[in-house]
Amino acid sequence: MAPRLADLEVGQEIARAEVVVDRARLVRYAAASGDFNPIHWNDRVAVAVGLPGVIAHGMWTMGAAIGPVVEWLGDPGLVTDYQVRFTRPVPVPDPGAATVEVVAVIGVLDEAAGTARVDLTVTVEGQRVLGKAQAVVRLH
Amino acid sequence: MPVDTGYAGRQYPPTAAFEVGREHLRSFAAAVGAQHPAHTDLEAARALGHADVVAPPTFAVVVAQRAEAQLFEDPAAGIDFSRVVHADERFTHHRPIHAGDRLVTVLHVDAIVERAGMAMITTRAEIAAEGGEAVATVVSTLAVRPEEA
Repeated sequence: MAPRLADLEVGQEIARAEVVVDRARLVRYAAASGDFNPIHWNDRVAVAVGLPGVIAHGMWTMGAAIGPVVEWLGDPGLVTDYQVRFTRPVPVPDPGAATVEVVAVIGVLDEAAGTARVDLTVTVEGQRVLGKAQAVVRLH
Repeated sequence: MPVDTGYAGRQYPPTAAFEVGREHLRSFAAAVGAQHPAHTDLEAARALGHADVVAPPTFAVVVAQRAEAQLFEDPAAGIDFSRVVHADERFTHHRPIHAGDRLVTVLHVDAIVERAGMAMITTRAEIAAEGGEAVATVVSTLAVRPEEA
């Protein structure tokens, strides 16, 4: 069942998920997106530019964070606006993986426009990696 | 070489068409962990009224970055990509992107602001169907760190 605007309240949590990211996933994202910046797959280059090691593409994190909202919505075509600020890099260890936690809450309801603003809190080990992460979605 | 602030206000000619493929959308969805079946399964997409499989909300970055390369790969602009950090990104979807779309992008350099040696470059990619229908607006700000003294 698709969510309905009339059933929602500001502050309501609508989705919560953990997304795991390892080096293989970054290589996959590099191929799918065409972003081959070596800081996302080569430790030597990442360290040379002052990073702790390979970091996730900011656009990977942004893309992963909206998935749980799309599943809740029931139709990817209903996301009309989505913005983030990149506030902290996400180091991806090797061996191992990083876990990105996503919590999505209703921020604003606009009944006249038939839209809701969904506010995302996106953290790694308790620290926010995205700021002002907001999506506007159309609802019936 | 410093970033040339004179590029602010520049508008580039429309790009060649970007053809959105089903397999490209499927691999992008798999990479970001987008699990909704409308990204990958034609029947699921059609059941929601879409003409074909639907792009995840951030797929438009792939289209936008092709257009942004006109600025970032121009040596005269003075942008050293090894010193670039992504500051923020915003997608406004005028309609969903589907497999089969042929998308043409006009890149605008909205602002280049220097602050404490850092150059903040804001670009806007206006993505449209070949027929002119507005599809998405992608606004991206990159920060270029100063060269080490």
